[in-house]
Amino acid sequence: MSSESIFDEMWGRDEQLRYPYANFKGWFDGEDPKRLRAKQREAEDLFRLTGITFNVYGQSQAEERLIPFDIIPRVISGFEWQKLSRGIDQRVRAINAFLYDIYHRQEIIRAGRIPKEMIARNEAFLPQMIGVDPPGGTYTHIVGIDLVRTDDNQFYVLEDNARTPSGVSYMLENRETMLQMFPELFSRNRVQPVENYPRNLLRSLSACAPPACEGKPTVAVLTPGIFNSAYYEHAYLADQMGVELVEGSDLRVVDGRVAMRTTRGYAPIDVLYRRVDDDFLDPLNFNPDSALGVPGIMDVYRAGGITIANAPGTGIADDKAIYSYMPEIVEFYTGERPLLENVPTWRCSDSDSLAHVLDNLQDLVVKEVHGSGGYGMLIGPTATKKELAAFRKKLQARPSNYIAQPTLSLSTVPIFTRAGLAPRHVDLRPFVLVSPEGINITPGGLTRVALKKGSLVVNSSQGGGTKDTWVLED
Amino acid sequence: MLGKTANGLFWMSRYLERAENTSRLIETGQRIALTRLGATDNDWRSILQTAGVDKGFEATHDEITQDAAIDWMLRSRDNGSSVLSSIAAARQNARLVRTALTHEVWEAINGAYMDSRAMLARKVPERDMPQTLNSIRQRAALVRGAVHGTMLRNDIFDFTRIGTFLERADNTARILDVKYYVLLPQASSVGGQVDNVQWETILRSVSARGGFRTAYGTVMDPRDIAQFLILDKRMPRSLAFCIGKLKGNLNYITSTYGERPPSYAMVNHIERRYLCHDIDAIFDFGLHQFIQQMLDLIGDLGRQIEIDYRFTE
Repeated sequence: MSSESIFDEMWGRDEQLRYPYANFKGWFDGEDPKRLRAKQREAEDLFRLTGITFNVYGQSQAEERLIPFDIIPRVISGFEWQKLSRGIDQRVRAINAFLYDIYHRQEIIRAGRIPKEMIARNEAFLPQMIGVDPPGGTYTHIVGIDLVRTDDNQFYVLEDNARTPSGVSYMLENRETMLQMFPELFSRNRVQPVENYPRNLLRSLSACAPPACEGKPTVAVLTPGIFNSAYYEHAYLADQMGVELVEGSDLRVVDGRVAMRTTRGYAPIDVLYRRVDDDFLDPLNFNPDSALGVPGIMDVYRAGGITIANAPGTGIADDKAIYSYMPEIVEFYTGERPLLENVPTWRCSDSDSLAHVLDNLQDLVVKEVHGSGGYGMLIGPTATKKELAAFRKKLQARPSNYIAQPTLSLSTVPIFTRAGLAPRHVDLRPFVLVSPEGINITPGGLTRVALKKGSLVVNSSQGGGTKDTWVLED
Repeated sequence: MLGKTANGLFWMSRYLERAENTSRLIETGQRIALTRLGATDNDWRSILQTAGVDKGFEATHDEITQDAAIDWMLRSRDNGSSVLSSIAAARQNARLVRTALTHEVWEAINGAYMDSRAMLARKVPERDMPQTLNSIRQRAALVRGAVHGTMLRNDIFDFTRIGTFLERADNTARILDVKYYVLLPQASSVGGQVDNVQWETILRSVSARGGFRTAYGTVMDPRDIAQFLILDKRMPRSLAFCIGKLKGNLNYITSTYGERPPSYAMVNHIERRYLCHDIDAIFDFGLHQFIQQMLDLIGDLGRQIEIDYRFTE
C-alpha cells in the first residue's frame, strides 16, 4: 500500500488541514516539543500512580502493565458524530430485536434470512435462554461497536461487542488526564463531555430492575477477581457508580434471590453488571468447574429474581459468523436500510468463498469466528510465506471456523513521537447503553492506536495504545 | 459493606502497620550494632523473634549474620512478613477494596508500593540503610495521614483502624514477650551496662525514647518501662492504648449495626480484666504469663472479629 492511499484524519489525503483539527493545530504549533515530551511522561506517571493497569495473560500474576497513552487527541466533528451515532443507534436496536427473536419465535430463520444452522450449531447460542424474557426486554445493556474509517465519509463496523465490552474506563481516564494536563486546550475547543457515563450506566442498569426488586434497585458489579486483565476497570466502574464490586465467592442464592455477603448478613442484589463470561456464570447450569460464578443464579434469573447485564446468550449477536449477516439483520428488524456498513466478509464455511480466500490469502485478513483480542488472526499483507502456508492448512482443516475480510486501509491520526507528529492507524469503540428508557451513546469512545509505524493491530494485548477522543460541539 | 471488603481493609492496614514495625525493628538492631553497645547474634535473634520471622529465617539460613537478618526482614520475598512483602500485601488488599478507599488513600498506598519496590529491588547498601528505612516509615505515615484526612468516619474507617491496632498490640506484646526478663524486678538490681542496652532496645523498637523521658524522666527503670508499654494510655503503642482504640472502633460498629457480637464482649473483657490494674499487680501475676495471655487474647479477638463480620465464607 502506498502512503497516498491512506486517509489521515488531520490532513486528509492531500495535506489539507481538516477543519475539526484547526484549533488543535493552532495550539500545537505554539507548543514547545520539550514541554510536550515532559507532559507525555507526566501522563504515564499519573496512570501508574492511579493504577490504571491491565494484567497480561500468560505472564506472572504480579505483572501489571500500562496501556500506552498518546497525548494528541483524536478529533471528530459534531456533524460526523451525528451521522455515526444514528447508525449505531439503529444497529444496537437491531441487535436487541435479533436477540429477542432468536430466543423466541426465530422469525428471521422462518423468513429464510439466516440459515438455521448458523444459530442451532453456534456455540454462542444458549438454549437455556429460549423463552426467557429479560427484565425490561433488554439483552445488551452495554454494547461496544468497533468502527474503522477509510475515508472522509466512509466508516465500517469492524465488530459488535455485545457480551462484555471493555475499555470504557480508559475512555474516562484518558479524558480526565487530558483535562488535568491541557486545560487550555479545552477552553479553546468545545468538547462534548464523556464524564456522565458512570451515572448513565447506573441509571440504565437501574431501569432494568427485575420484578422481584422492591424500592431502589441494588446494583453490583461482578468481577472474576483481582487477576483478571480488566480488574481495574471493574473496580473503577463500581467505584464511580457507588456500588459494590463482588466476586462469585461473595454471592449465594438466599430465599430465591442472589445475595451478597455483607458485614451485616446477606443482602439481595437486583441488577448484576457481570464481567464474567456466560460459561462461568453458573456452575449448576453451565461450566461445572467454574468458581467465578454463582450456583443457581440462572434459576433465579429465569424466575425474575435478578437482572443479569448483559443477558446470558448475547454472544450470539457478536459472533463473527453472524456478523456477516448484520446488514440483513438490521433491515429485517428495523425495516430501514443500514446506516453503517459492514466490512465485506467472506464466510469460509461457504466453499466458493473459501476458494476465493485461499487464492487471495496474501491480501486478506482472516479471523477466527470466536476469537478476540487480535489472537489467532492472520494479516495477509504482513505475513511471512511460512505463516501463510500454516494458516492455509488451518483454513482447509476447519473452514467454518474462519471468516476473511479485505485489508482495509485504516485511517491514521497523528501521535506524538520524538520526531514530532506522525500518523498511525486507529479504530474507535463507542460505548452504548440500552434500557427501556432508550439508547444512550457517549460522544466519542475509546480510540485505540497502533503505535508501531504501519501496523494495523490496535489491541492493547498486542502493543496498541489509546488516545482521548473528542467530539466537538459544532 | 461486603464482608470481603472488611477483610481487605483489615489486612491492608495490618500489613502497613507490620511494614512500619518491622522497619523500626531493623533500625533498632542496626543502631545497637553501630554504636557497638554489644550487639551479638543474640540481639539479631531476638529481633527476628520479635518480628515473628525467626523460624522462617532459621529454615533458610545456617547462621545469623547482620546482613542476612536485615535482608530477610527488609526485602525477602520468601518472608511473607518482610517489609517489601508486607507493603505488597497491603497494596494487594487495597486493590481488592479500592471502591472503599478514597483516591488519596489508594494513591498513597500505591505510591508506597512503587517507591519501596524500586528502593528494595536490590540489596540495600549499609550507607543507604537509614535513609531507606526512613522513607518507608514516611510513606506509611503518608497513608495514615490520607486515611485520617480523607475517609468518612464509618465502618470502612473502623475496620481499617481495627487492623492497625490489632497488629500494633500484637507487635508491642511480642516485643515484651521476647524481652520480658530484662524488665523483671530482680533485673534492676543488676542494673549493669547490658540492661541499659536492653531497655534502650525496647524503647527504640517502639520509637518512644523521647516519650518515655518526657513521661518518666531520664533514669530508666524496668518497672516504668513495663508500665509505659503495657498500661500507659498516653503511649500510642501501649497495650492499653491499642485495646482502648479497638474497643472504641468496635463500639462504633456495634452502635451503627445495632448488634453486639461476641467480639464486642471480648474486647471489653480484655480491657477490664487485664488492663485496669497497676503494674505491680501484673508483676505479682507474673509478667511473662501475663504477656503470653495477652498474645493469645489478641489472636482470639482478631479471629472473632473475622467471624462476627463475615470476612470470609
